[in-house]
Amino acid sequence: MSSAGECDVAGPLTAPPGRPPVEDAVRAESDAWLSSLRARGEERELAIVRLHALLLRAARFETARRRPTFPRLGGAEIDDLAVQAADDALLAVLSRLDSFRGASRFTTWAYKFAIYQTAVTMRRRAWQDREVPLEPESWALLPDPGKQPPQHAEDAEVLAAVAQGIAALTQHQRDVLVALAVNEVPIDVLAERLGTTRGALYKTLHDARRNLRGHLAALGLRALPTTLAEEAR
Amino acid sequence: MNDPRRATALRRLLGPEGPEVTCDVCFEELDRYVDLQLAGVDAERSVPGMAAHLDGCPACSEEHASLTALVTELSRSHPPE
Repeated sequence: MSSAGECDVAGPLTAPPGRPPVEDAVRAESDAWLSSLRARGEERELAIVRLHALLLRAARFETARRRPTFPRLGGAEIDDLAVQAADDALLAVLSRLDSFRGASRFTTWAYKFAIYQTAVTMRRRAWQDREVPLEPESWALLPDPGKQPPQHAEDAEVLAAVAQGIAALTQHQRDVLVALAVNEVPIDVLAERLGTTRGALYKTLHDARRNLRGHLAALGLRALPTTLAEEAR
Repeated sequence: MNDPRRATALRRLLGPEGPEVTCDVCFEELDRYVDLQLAGVDAERSVPGMAAHLDGCPACSEEHASLTALVTELSRSHPPE
């Protein structure tokens, strides 16, 4: 996984007191997995086979979800990606067994590695022959504020302020913000091309966004609802 | 913003306003967060800043959606005895 970023984190990350996150039956199932995977000989080998099957099921689930975005890939090629992701996830799970805290089902914990490996593999596959644009490919959704019709004068003011705010960012912040937020380059793809990590890039994106919001706030502007949920209301 | 597509574009640029966890914390907590959500527990109370991060990070959001969908589907096809 990527290195730790330093975004503002709100409060402790422990479960609230008085409510165990998992029940006894779930804990027993998780303990059984851990015991078998830490055993020796045939018991461990069988547990690893079961774990790989579980991870492969998760990887195939993820490739199936993303299949529509790969119309040119055949079924065998897609399945090869799933098998490779499951193999990678198996190594990740086995190397991190000691980090399993029992805060969730063991299977949910293991599945996340398969989902992550598959998602990263497929994002990179989708972009493997494409250049990563660091300049805006299109400002179609954020057009020249000077060309806004009169009834959208307030919008034009916000857009002009956003453009100023982006221009005031550092070059690296601007490159990352444009690539991720405007050109919608997947963060794993950008991290690979720039030789960095998802966490480090997200920290840069977080700082760029904070600076941009600060610029708008200093001008007394509020650009949009905070979340899609607010937007829907 | 009157144009919803433009509002979405601006939202991607500006990101969530509240405190948020990092991608690393998101990955570490994702399994617990999903299990809590599917159990009907207030997952955000247990992992403050997770919802904001999922709102601002498309990659983590996709993985959260996939893990949720997978665990939901498997719990339906293999319900606990």
